[in-house]
Amino acid sequence: MRISNSDDGITVCLTGEIDHHSARAMRESIDAAIQMKKPSVLRLDFSGVTFMDSSGIGLIMGRYRLMALYGGIVRVINVPEELERMMLLSGLNALDITEKRSEQFETAK
Amino acid sequence: MKPQNEMNIIFDSRSSNEGFARSAVSAFVTQLDPTVGELNEIKTAVSEAVTNCVVHAYADRIGKVFINVRISDNSLVTVKVRDKGCGIADVKQAMEPLFTTAPSEERAGLGFAVMQSFTDKLRVRSSVGKGTTVTFQKRLSCRVNNV
Repeated sequence: MRISNSDDGITVCLTGEIDHHSARAMRESIDAAIQMKKPSVLRLDFSGVTFMDSSGIGLIMGRYRLMALYGGIVRVINVPEELERMMLLSGLNALDITEKRSEQFETAK
Repeated sequence: MKPQNEMNIIFDSRSSNEGFARSAVSAFVTQLDPTVGELNEIKTAVSEAVTNCVVHAYADRIGKVFINVRISDNSLVTVKVRDKGCGIADVKQAMEPLFTTAPSEERAGLGFAVMQSFTDKLRVRSSVGKGTTVTFQKRLSCRVNNV
């Protein structure tokens, strides 16, 4: 996992497998970064994620709530095809935080 | 149906074993030459079932998790994940999407919904104080018959 800062927020590149076991450490590092910087945008980049069960959904929802406390937003980017079904099943679409691949070039500016 | 091939594993309900469990099942099923998608779906379902054992069945202790995988009919995979934990009082409620008894652990309440969606058939049997058995089946597209 890699956390980098940009002008408007934090980008977290998640890597490897996300399950109940690994999500705990990810959650702690991300929350520490959020609390330090209080960014307006938290980008969760899933391009390096090779496996994810519903713990990944819990991870996104939890960060969504924490960011909302600071008035910030979460963007979920670069979701690999294998994970799309899980994202869809979770109902996260209703929050409108997942960026389609085609939209990413515009928002990256 | 008589299985053509079968395997059993027993391990402690430690969260560090979640990855082991799905990898072990996945390795066993690989002999059927499943697609990447099918394998991913089985791994995800196993991960959800085992996480339930770790988080719920043995919430305050470490217990044993039993996994039995059977291959029959050349392409039918049956996975049983069993625990001797606390059991589920209301299985129907537990299986409702978004229902969770562990919000503090950031559980999304999607475990059973995922198992249901990623497999062909799901059955949950539970007895309070005795444990739970989750059984799911998946028929693979099976491009070879090499069992």
